[in-house]
Amino acid sequence: MANTDTKPGTMNPVGKSVQRLDVMEKVTGAAHYTDDIPFGNSLLYGRVKRSTVAHGLIKRIDVSKARALPGVKVVVTGEDFPNLIGLYLKDKTVFARDRVRFIGEAIAAVAATSEEIAEKAIELIEVDIEPLPAVFDAEFGASKDAPLIHPDLANYECPNFIFPVPGTNISNHFKIRKGNTEEAFKKCAVIMEKKFRVPHVQHVPIEPHIAVAQVEPDGDVTVWAASQSPFSQRSSFAKALGVSESKIRVIAGYVGGGFGCKAGVTMENVAVALASKSGGRPVKVRLTREEEFFTNFVRQGLIINLKIGCDAQGNVLAMENNQWWDGGASTEYGVNITRAGGYNSSGPFDIPNITTNAMCVYTNHPIGGAYRGFGMSELHAGIIQVMDMLAEKIGMDKVEFLKKNAIQGGDFNVTGMKMHPVGLQDCIDKVAKELNFSVKEKGSSPTKRRGKGIGIVWKAPSMPPNAGSSAEVRLNEDGSVTVSVGGQEIGQGTFTVMAQIAAEALGVAYEMVKIEGPVDTRYSPYEWQTVASRLTWSMGNAVRRAAEDARKNILEMVAEAWGENPANLDIKNGYVVSMKSEESISLKNIVVYGIPRPGDQGWIGGPVLGRGTFMPSYVTNLDKDTGQGARAVVHYTTGCQGIDIEIDTETGKIEIIKAVSVFDVGKAINPDLVKAQIEGGFIQGMSSAIFEEMKLVNGVMKNPSFVDYRIATTADLPRENIAMFVETAQDDGPWGARGIGEHPMTPTIGVLANAIYDAVGVRVSNPPLSAEKIYLAMLEAGVVS
Amino acid sequence: MGFHQISVKVNGNDEVVTVSSNMTLLRMLRESLALTGTKNGCAAGECGACTVMLNGEPVNSCMVLAVEVDGQEITTIEGLAKDGQLDVVQKTIIEKGGVQCGFCTPGMLISARALLNRNPHPTEEQVVEALVGNLCRCTGYSRIIESVQAAAEHS
Repeated sequence: MANTDTKPGTMNPVGKSVQRLDVMEKVTGAAHYTDDIPFGNSLLYGRVKRSTVAHGLIKRIDVSKARALPGVKVVVTGEDFPNLIGLYLKDKTVFARDRVRFIGEAIAAVAATSEEIAEKAIELIEVDIEPLPAVFDAEFGASKDAPLIHPDLANYECPNFIFPVPGTNISNHFKIRKGNTEEAFKKCAVIMEKKFRVPHVQHVPIEPHIAVAQVEPDGDVTVWAASQSPFSQRSSFAKALGVSESKIRVIAGYVGGGFGCKAGVTMENVAVALASKSGGRPVKVRLTREEEFFTNFVRQGLIINLKIGCDAQGNVLAMENNQWWDGGASTEYGVNITRAGGYNSSGPFDIPNITTNAMCVYTNHPIGGAYRGFGMSELHAGIIQVMDMLAEKIGMDKVEFLKKNAIQGGDFNVTGMKMHPVGLQDCIDKVAKELNFSVKEKGSSPTKRRGKGIGIVWKAPSMPPNAGSSAEVRLNEDGSVTVSVGGQEIGQGTFTVMAQIAAEALGVAYEMVKIEGPVDTRYSPYEWQTVASRLTWSMGNAVRRAAEDARKNILEMVAEAWGENPANLDIKNGYVVSMKSEESISLKNIVVYGIPRPGDQGWIGGPVLGRGTFMPSYVTNLDKDTGQGARAVVHYTTGCQGIDIEIDTETGKIEIIKAVSVFDVGKAINPDLVKAQIEGGFIQGMSSAIFEEMKLVNGVMKNPSFVDYRIATTADLPRENIAMFVETAQDDGPWGARGIGEHPMTPTIGVLANAIYDAVGVRVSNPPLSAEKIYLAMLEAGVVS
Repeated sequence: MGFHQISVKVNGNDEVVTVSSNMTLLRMLRESLALTGTKNGCAAGECGACTVMLNGEPVNSCMVLAVEVDGQEITTIEGLAKDGQLDVVQKTIIEKGGVQCGFCTPGMLISARALLNRNPHPTEEQVVEALVGNLCRCTGYSRIIESVQAAAEHS
């Protein structure tokens, strides 16, 4: 075979740690993020007038002085945009209209010829607000005594899997009623009950939110945004403006970190609103770091009361799980986070009797949105600790207790869904072995105490049942491949993984594949959102099918030319080869120009284009009163984390000696990228567990800067951060793959709390697990004096 | 507001730029010179995404006024590769897989290069210290630290 003209490359790249596609651009400063796009002198800069009152009625807005300021081109208020919007629950408007509901809420916006003028104009807008009693605690907010934040809740539009309770602040009440919890508790030898509070935290992408919008001469609107969900945004912008989707175009380049906060629509609507009245001039809105902290999506706080019991042999028999999610001023996204808190409420445990009430509660806090594995860090923070307490109380080895109760393939889980095969037992074994878990080790000095913690998690993609993906694969004259997708490269490496999948399915080298970018809703195929750790699995299936479609077209063309059966042909290393005749032909040229028939009798084939789509068809709704159903979700990714720490008893400071995280990824399409997700996810989890908390006092965030809201730096790392995986194939994943992007940070709060307990015998249960909190807890317990 | 004409060497090129009194070096690089590789992450000197070299020393360009760099030398991420060849810190961060979203990467690489210029063989502790002002939310840092150590070994 004459393969001499083939580029050197990586054949069969699935399962190989190929180099990322996007690194050359990113290490040279050439990668374009939204703020890097030039718009010339016509660009206007938008700024937002925000509420300084947590809850109140707007009595007067006077924008006349702002409008009169030279350089101000547009001023908009809630008067101009009455439509209700929201991803799941349509409960908000672009700008507050009659009422403000949190400090930081947008009331008006200005577009001007410079940022300075826009800022000055904002100060000239006069707003009178009559304060109302506010709600700053979710449990109180759910009570009958709380003032109503959304009196119109009964009229809001939402999908049929969200259950608002009109006349209250509860915008979703998700229930599980499985087995008979009351009877089962009577049979328990040990019952542990504990209440946990998980504070609000921020996503903190290093790139703040940014959007630029422009109305085209034909009235269509183009939006350039740092976006995890261009297609969902298109839909939301269309609703906000009262136009159809085809009138909106979203272009989304590289995203400088998302972690969920750039999914759905938040501040981007302000840019669209301003641009709709700017006479065709583009308007850029970019959040300051301070705004990034409290005006946009936050990880909502959770109050959770957990009661779990087991029999004398350590079998967990029953769980009662009450959750109050601090959804904030709008729960357009939060209702679904609450739902996830509900249908995952058992954690990865086989528990026959469960009663869960997961409630999404309106408060006068910032608005809750998706954050990396939404709901799961918060939920597992408590479950991991109570399971640890149970194992200790019953006198059982902690690893044995986890293995005994961990969910397995074939079990009917919390929602009655039959579990697919999971490798959770292997994950637990690997962590225990790597951490030498059963061996109690001594501190490195008399003032230091050593301890180890372990815990297990699960998480399913939390999404509508019919979230779809699509992809196109085109071949070029030189035999290279262009793949179009609508999912976003937000740092996780999805473009690389998609190129691997296309190359493998088609039979070309990885290096021959390029992913088309930026994602542009006018040209890119539909993708629901880049969230939920769903792309490798869902978009991966679409890309695989598109590549297989292209492959089929190529083989049929060559089969006709050679008078062979396509079944006897294969594509290897960019060549079509016949297994019968051993004849071969390069993909070059034929994939665009076709193949001439012998004897000048015309042509066969032509440009090769493959199409693939994927949408799960089997997810069913759950019963409103019991939370039971055939299949609530597409699948679960499970895993185990263990942490070995040393605590300085003189300061309470934690040093992590070793962290081990093992997840069942089904199939690692790119093992090194999987490990990079696990390592980075662990540090994000560690950072949120030890350092992070939005200090909200009467609705005011007291620490909206990197100085006061500290995230992990190079100085805070564990000595070892070990990432491993097991591969129990997912039946409908590409080569068995399922997602891993979010899961690595979800166990960390609980596992660290268990390690602290193991080290010093004091349970510091509510994050942040700061040195100060640990020291004071040790002092109170008499561990130190 | 006053305007000033300044002369500055950026990535080896002599530039003459008219800047306002309140313009930061960050804005001058991004808006006047179209060097958008330097990123704006906080505009408050806290995240390090805008790190550039000022006469060889790493600075947060959001904290430096453009008028202050009159007659000085600036190196940005665009000036790290020479003659089409990546700097060794760029090569090793690729090799070690220390890039994810990429937004902190330019500032991180400038801090790394500045460190290796003043200390070609830093200890791990010195690398950690040199990068402590460059926040990264994706990678968990360890691959970046390893990449700087590897770069030191290469050079």
